[in-house]
Amino acid sequence: MSLRIRWFILPILTVFLSGCAAQPAASQADDPGKLVVYSGRSESLVAPIIDQFAAATGIQVEVRYANTSELAATLLEEGENSPADVFYAQDPGGLGAIAAAGMFAELPQEVTGKVAERFRSVESLWIGISGRARVVVYNTALVDPQELPADLTGFTDPRWKGKVGWAPTNASFQAMVTAMRQEWGEEKTRQWLLDMQANQPVVFDGNMPTVTAVGAGEIEVGLVNHYYLYRFLKEEGEDFPARNVFLNNGGPDSLVMVSGIGRLASGKNQENALKFIEFLLSPVAQQYFAGQTYEYPLVEGVQTERDLAPLSELTASNISLDQLADLEGTLNLLRDTGVLP
Amino acid sequence: MDGKLGLVIGQRAKRLPAAPPARINWLFLPALLVAAGLTLPLAYLLVRGLGASPAAWNWLLRVQTLEIIVRSLGLALAVTLSAAALALPLAWLVSRTNLPGRRLWAALLPLPLVIPSYVGAYLFVSVFSPRGLLQNTLEGWFNVERLPSIYGFWGALIVLMLMTYPYIYLAVRAVLLRNDRSVEEAARSLGCSPWQTFWRVNFPRMLPALASASLLVSLYVLRDFGAVSILRYNTFTRAIYLQYQSSFDRSAAALLALVLVGMTVLLLVGEARLNRQPRAAVSQSLRPAPPAQLGGWRYPALFFVILVLVLALLLPAGVLLYWLGRGLAAGEQLTSLTRPLFNSLGASALAVAATVLAALPAAILAARKPGWLSRLVERWSYLGFALPGIVAALALVFFGANYTPGLYQTLAMLVFAYLILYLPQAVGSIQVSLRLVHRNLEEAAYSLGSRPLSVFQRVTLPLVAPGIASAAALIFLTVMKELPATLILAPTGFRTLATQIWSAVSEAYFARAAAPALVLILLSSLSLAFLNSTSHNLQGNKETG
Repeated sequence: MSLRIRWFILPILTVFLSGCAAQPAASQADDPGKLVVYSGRSESLVAPIIDQFAAATGIQVEVRYANTSELAATLLEEGENSPADVFYAQDPGGLGAIAAAGMFAELPQEVTGKVAERFRSVESLWIGISGRARVVVYNTALVDPQELPADLTGFTDPRWKGKVGWAPTNASFQAMVTAMRQEWGEEKTRQWLLDMQANQPVVFDGNMPTVTAVGAGEIEVGLVNHYYLYRFLKEEGEDFPARNVFLNNGGPDSLVMVSGIGRLASGKNQENALKFIEFLLSPVAQQYFAGQTYEYPLVEGVQTERDLAPLSELTASNISLDQLADLEGTLNLLRDTGVLP
Repeated sequence: MDGKLGLVIGQRAKRLPAAPPARINWLFLPALLVAAGLTLPLAYLLVRGLGASPAAWNWLLRVQTLEIIVRSLGLALAVTLSAAALALPLAWLVSRTNLPGRRLWAALLPLPLVIPSYVGAYLFVSVFSPRGLLQNTLEGWFNVERLPSIYGFWGALIVLMLMTYPYIYLAVRAVLLRNDRSVEEAARSLGCSPWQTFWRVNFPRMLPALASASLLVSLYVLRDFGAVSILRYNTFTRAIYLQYQSSFDRSAAALLALVLVGMTVLLLVGEARLNRQPRAAVSQSLRPAPPAQLGGWRYPALFFVILVLVLALLLPAGVLLYWLGRGLAAGEQLTSLTRPLFNSLGASALAVAATVLAALPAAILAARKPGWLSRLVERWSYLGFALPGIVAALALVFFGANYTPGLYQTLAMLVFAYLILYLPQAVGSIQVSLRLVHRNLEEAAYSLGSRPLSVFQRVTLPLVAPGIASAAALIFLTVMKELPATLILAPTGFRTLATQIWSAVSEAYFARAAAPALVLILLSSLSLAFLNSTSHNLQGNKETG
């Protein structure tokens, strides 16, 4: 009997001790070669390029992956105590919230100069890294692209009841709603959300599962960012039964925006933070976003993937990205309308 | 939550005659420290929740909140009833009838316990969703274009029922095996039909066990985070998480969390009341009843048992292997699991060590030093029962981010959350073991001149070691499966098997989730097997000793 217990306890203690031994490396805050990234972008999209940065510089990078709004709220909660050095967000809304709280340090001219003015914050508090368009992804077997409405109000029609997928916890969706509030006004946006709710949209956790479901024919259309589709096309071939439509109406539902990054003033590794931001704007990283994640590169001289319509050909909304900062107001509206519980 | 059974047994354990108090007063210091440690985060949550902005209060007091309460309680009730409806006949068939192969079925039926709810849910979704694996197969054969949606209430009900029936099955089977035939014979001789005998004799005896196992199941459902999230059914736990994810005003999440604590406490109080009812005496000389002859019903019964096993065990295992195969074929690297595996094992081992250490003072005091302070310290350690994982995690995040930045997002914080959650299991089972050790043995050692610490080391500890070991195995098993607290509190970059599964599933990479899920299930099975072997040994000791 006692032999049996020892057999159980001994391995546990071994693991326990080795577990202890393995930890100090992670908890030494004053290690000069470190960087803590809060990433609102999903791991499958950005881990490869972050690994490349770590390998090239030898900096020990720790990444906390979560939802963009969750990380923004976490940063606000942590305040000065935050262990984060940079906040890499999926959309300008999360960045705007942190900028408004005065938690970002200003970025130097040589960094901000790399990206056109409309893709960064006016006060140089954050900068865009890659561009993305909001699109409607549809299942090619179930939907004739001709019947797709000209703007998102069309999806409140009974034709689409139970057939539209969306991801209300997703930062890009939230940014689009913020844009709607700016351009359509509070009332029209509220009404649209209520009408959509009445049409029983299928709720997903994010863009990736939405596109998966459209491809599987579980739903007919999804409101997503453009680039997820191209990963499926690459992995499953041209037969993958889904395609994107950019609404091209110049309204808030034909939104082109950016993922972006800001440096936290309270961060302990300011230099590494700048190195990381510069790396993300380097040709290597911009090429990665263009070629591997099918986003729009924001730095001059890097080619957009040829399957993508060039940014200049899109009739996008004219809204400035700084106007998308009121994430909190959008979250409140989403809760008021029952889109979020 | 499995420890609740231990706790219940503890309340029933025979109190041995009190002996002169040992010199263990110093234990109050660590015991009170642990109690204070448990209280701080919860107290902070309370302050935070009660001090919430008027907007948050308004938000709480709206119709939707009531809706979420009704949804959560409705699901808990439905799962409990259906799990009981499944478990009762299963337990009876394998314990009291001549069902062919009943020993094998009896051993297999509790096994779904090792499948975490989120793994069960993900496998279920991957097969039964409108365009899942089943539809793909049916499309080839019968041209079925889509299956009805399994998301929402029904999906959550089916998955949680299949995951939780073992709790009720085990409790009922234990009673059925102990049932004495003489009472049944008496009932029959007085003219009761077998059916009447069941309702008047067997059922009342089963009722206490059935009730407390049912409450365990209800608590499981109320606290469940993974399955309801994957199946898109907004219960309280999921609403709290979404609130935490998508609101800048986090006091609203704190408020919601407090409501969930209130609901949990209500259930626990109900359970305690049920268990206070007097129960029928069990006669000392058991004469097992002869197995009921099923006759022609044998085959439908066999079909039923096998159907449950196929749905709850075989299907999940098969689908998991299918996804694993697909993942490996697509170039998934198993080596990427080394780190999460190591982290899971390490964090669980740390949690076990911390929890057992923290439980010892309270358990020893409760068993060896009767008095109001001991009772208070012991009762207080059961606080974790009232805290769903998500609530404990939120409390620690809020508290840590604001007051203990040094501990915030460290492994220590995560282990502390586990400690809060699983301390009740540890205190419960260690206490039971202590009460089973007769004081005379310790007194003898004292009288021979041993000092208290050496008495503990040389007499008490070896005797209670089996109890501690099985508590440890149980905690190990539960910690490894824990999801919400791990998700929220894990240090930056710290992945465990559970978080790996979760992040893969939430991006719909079903194949990528398979390998960590399989490893997690294998590890859980190992600790469950260990648990079974120790409890058998314990029983063996009691019978021979």
